[in-house]
Amino acid sequence: MDPISLLTIFILSIFVGIEVVSKVSAVLHTPLMSGANAIHGVVLVGAILVTGKASGGIELWLGLAAIVLASINMVGGFVVTDRMLEMFKPKPRDTDEVKK
Amino acid sequence: MTPTWVRLAELAAAVLFILALKGLSSPKSARRGNLLGAAGAAVATAVAFFYGQDFFGGPVKHLPLIIGAIAIGSIIGWVAAKRVQMTQMPQMVALFNGVGGGAAAVVSVIEYLSAGSDESTASLAATVFTVVVGSVSFSGSILTFMKLQELMTSRPVVIPAGRYITSLAAIATLGSAVMLVVNPSDALLYALLGLSLLMGVLLVLPVGGADVPIVISLLNAFTGLSVAASGYVLGNVLLIVAGTLVGASGTLLTRMMAQAMGRPLTNTLFGAFTAKATVASGTSEDRPVKSASPEDVAIMLGYARKVIIVPGYGLAVAQAQNTIRELVELLSAKGIHVDYAIHPVAGRMPGHMNVLLAEANVPYEQLKEMDEINPEFAETDVALVVGANDVVNPAARNDPSAPIYGMPILNVDQAAQVVFLKRSMRPGFAGIENEVLFDPKTSLLFGDAKESLTKVVAAVKGL
Repeated sequence: MDPISLLTIFILSIFVGIEVVSKVSAVLHTPLMSGANAIHGVVLVGAILVTGKASGGIELWLGLAAIVLASINMVGGFVVTDRMLEMFKPKPRDTDEVKK
Repeated sequence: MTPTWVRLAELAAAVLFILALKGLSSPKSARRGNLLGAAGAAVATAVAFFYGQDFFGGPVKHLPLIIGAIAIGSIIGWVAAKRVQMTQMPQMVALFNGVGGGAAAVVSVIEYLSAGSDESTASLAATVFTVVVGSVSFSGSILTFMKLQELMTSRPVVIPAGRYITSLAAIATLGSAVMLVVNPSDALLYALLGLSLLMGVLLVLPVGGADVPIVISLLNAFTGLSVAASGYVLGNVLLIVAGTLVGASGTLLTRMMAQAMGRPLTNTLFGAFTAKATVASGTSEDRPVKSASPEDVAIMLGYARKVIIVPGYGLAVAQAQNTIRELVELLSAKGIHVDYAIHPVAGRMPGHMNVLLAEANVPYEQLKEMDEINPEFAETDVALVVGANDVVNPAARNDPSAPIYGMPILNVDQAAQVVFLKRSMRPGFAGIENEVLFDPKTSLLFGDAKESLTKVVAAVKGL
């Protein structure tokens, strides 16, 4: 794809990234950071692509190392975020309204 | 060409990532948001194997090894994430972030090694960016992990002539980065890799104490950007979108955290370079404090109308979340109004304390944020501070020379009575003396937070 298209996608993504988290409450800062952390684990895709066409030798071994690291990032990130969020019980707002 | 269905699947994954971040921003949808993100990541990973013959030059090479590597990494990540204690979660996130940054740097190195100097200048620049930022994120995160895990001191480490060493290393990194773009060579790339790793260490070493969470968040944004740059190198739109989303939202999140602590970001990063070593004054040890027995504390609490609990990291370390909930239930049963005051950076990360209390089944509606609860301290009978110190230190309001000056604090000093449960007179994470401890209306109950609370609970039952 030509560089300008990639740049366009990059710039627009910045705005989307800022927009989606602009109204997050402090309660969720830690899970949000952790979830975002898991999302950049998608570098696993890049690692698979370069390893899948590596001719061998150092490229292959570096590629496999990158795959292991990226998988740790991705899987560990989503699992630990889920553990955090599991603890936030749903429907706290409802009980508030009942009282009023 | 990559098959159209693969590219459409990647578009779906990108949308799932946006929905994930959106979902994570609200308590109701947070868990679903995270699952959407995981689904997006799974889709993206699965379709990566179907880029086609043109891309891989035949069928995907080394397929068994690739699957094996994914399995190994997934198992390590899964087990680590399941086993980690919630109190140690910040360093776990730092570690996951670091390995992600490392992976992005390695991906760009491999692409460089295979494409060599045939790459365009723009692509070389993106490679250099990924290597530098990814490596800084990697070594910086590992060091952050060591600090939080207390494998090394959590205080700022100021090496002699540190600013000169850091400046030199920065110039060398920048120089080799530019040279690599102009005149690429393998040796230069490895030199750049080494220098960048060193930069990560030099940048994080002087960051101390309460600023560490902000650095985790910043490095998280860094990793996002390096993933985006590696996407540019590979010409992969999904990596650009996902990396940029994390980079942008991470930068905003870092700013919000820094604001919550009243610290401009530049202070956090470069504060320790200019800060003079603060020497704790010896006189404080001799000043009188009022200590109380668990029974005294029980009486104060039992006959109050309104109590505010200020939980800190000490509470979590002592694993006393359940005991504090028991105490609050007892007091509520007596008709006493009890709230928890949650400082934005209570614990070790913004929102960390909410996670820890939620783990102990503390009802969400009892947790009050700082701005909401601060006006209520003036009409509160007892403020019970459990294992917190810096977040209630009025030095942040009154003493311009204090390292935490400007950080918004919980105004416990306005309550009629203040009770501190502390292990010792040792100052908090930021290493500053707290004047409230010496106030005549303050009582101190020394000891492990859990033991003290258990005794207080027993005493309240006996009232």
